[in-house]
Amino acid sequence: MASNEEILAGLAEIVNEETGLAADAVELDKSFTEDLDIDSISMMTIVVNAEEKFGVRIPDEEVKNLKTVGDAVNFIANAQA
Amino acid sequence: MARKVVITGLGATTPIGGDVPTMWKNALKGVSGARTLEDEWVAKYDLPVHFAARCSTPASDVLTRVEAKRMDPSTQFGVIAAREAWADAGITDIDHDRLAVAFATGIGGVWTLLDAWDTLKEKGPRRVLPMTVPMLMPNGVAAAVSLDLGARAGAHTPVSACASGTEAMHLGLDLIRSGKADVVMCGGAEAAIHPMPLAAFSSMQALSRRNDDPEHASRPYDLDRDGFVMGEGAGALVLEAEEHALARGARIYGELAGTSVTADAYHITAPDPEGLGATRALKAAMFDGRIQAADVVHVNAHATSTPVGDKPEYTALRAALGAQVDNVAVSATKSQMGHLLGASGAVEAVLTVLAVYERQAPLTINLENQDPEIPLDVVTSARSLPAGDIVALSNSFGFGGHNAVIAIRSV
Repeated sequence: MASNEEILAGLAEIVNEETGLAADAVELDKSFTEDLDIDSISMMTIVVNAEEKFGVRIPDEEVKNLKTVGDAVNFIANAQA
Repeated sequence: MARKVVITGLGATTPIGGDVPTMWKNALKGVSGARTLEDEWVAKYDLPVHFAARCSTPASDVLTRVEAKRMDPSTQFGVIAAREAWADAGITDIDHDRLAVAFATGIGGVWTLLDAWDTLKEKGPRRVLPMTVPMLMPNGVAAAVSLDLGARAGAHTPVSACASGTEAMHLGLDLIRSGKADVVMCGGAEAAIHPMPLAAFSSMQALSRRNDDPEHASRPYDLDRDGFVMGEGAGALVLEAEEHALARGARIYGELAGTSVTADAYHITAPDPEGLGATRALKAAMFDGRIQAADVVHVNAHATSTPVGDKPEYTALRAALGAQVDNVAVSATKSQMGHLLGASGAVEAVLTVLAVYERQAPLTINLENQDPEIPLDVVTSARSLPAGDIVALSNSFGFGGHNAVIAIRSV
């Protein structure tokens, strides 16, 4: 099981891989759409890659609730628990 | 009087050069882009053909990682060529509602399609990437080029197998003549050096099997030709209404004087042995451009190096040009770079425009014993084209009986 810090770092790596955004720009309070300019197709790619990386399932209907990076980190942490 | 259409920008990424200057230098020198494939899948699937002509500059050397991730390899090549052509044209001020795209492909996103199928089988549907559909669609390259340039007067994708790239020029000319656009980014892109298309083209006996000597495998018009060599890459040309080009003081390479497209309606893959469809295409392109046979000094031939394909093109050239065919310098540039399928017409259009502009015909390599049934004047050593007003033709023919011809006139 990964700590929240490890999840954030892993997520930042996935976001960087998909969008080219610097990993340190991926902070807990950042909104995926407003701040990071991530479109829905990229978001789905990030979700699927996160599922594989962290061994969790993020249902499609849950994705719209993941507004910020922090939302995603929390969801993954809870799903792993 | 129809609007005159001129060519003001050129771009290419090919097996003999990752940009136009490199490709052109090599085309005049005579090099082969064919190499043995080192990929593990050649042995894994026991492919009957072990070689192909890959782009000399990998797309990953030119595009950012993130750009490349969202594009099929065919689209990557198309965007690279289009960016070069656009920079070459030097257009800084344009009404984007008057800028169109006509960018062809023969097969489209075959790597994306088959990778996604492998992923589905191995990892399940969840792992099939959301970008799969926009990456595999054949219009993906036209759409990506349109996005890149902000071209809003329509983004079109002519698909007619190996005639596609030339058909894009035909469409581009129409878009400007009919007043639908002032500038059109035309081109063609292909990236099909994947085991499945290699297996499929092999099955139909279309590919050369000269596995021990790839560089000499593509040999149009030679008695020992045994099929084409699969190539990949893209070509791009900026077409512009003459008045638009003149108003901005553009460098003009030549005029796209005439184009045509016909269909054989003869057989799904075999060319009409009498070349009737190709003859009609040649005559129609010349009529369209008000071109007399005596004006024509150079032909960039389709000439893929297949035993059955090369001869009907000669028959058609003789039927369309008459005795003038003996005075025409013919270049079979697939001898150097292989067959770029849906991109071939676009790359050959770039070479034909440069031949007229630079008054030099590119070389045909590997012609050792010319087929006596094809007595063309084939350019095998440095050859200048005459001064004065000249016209060059470029032919492309595609499975499905598609014939497309363009005529480039000097300015």
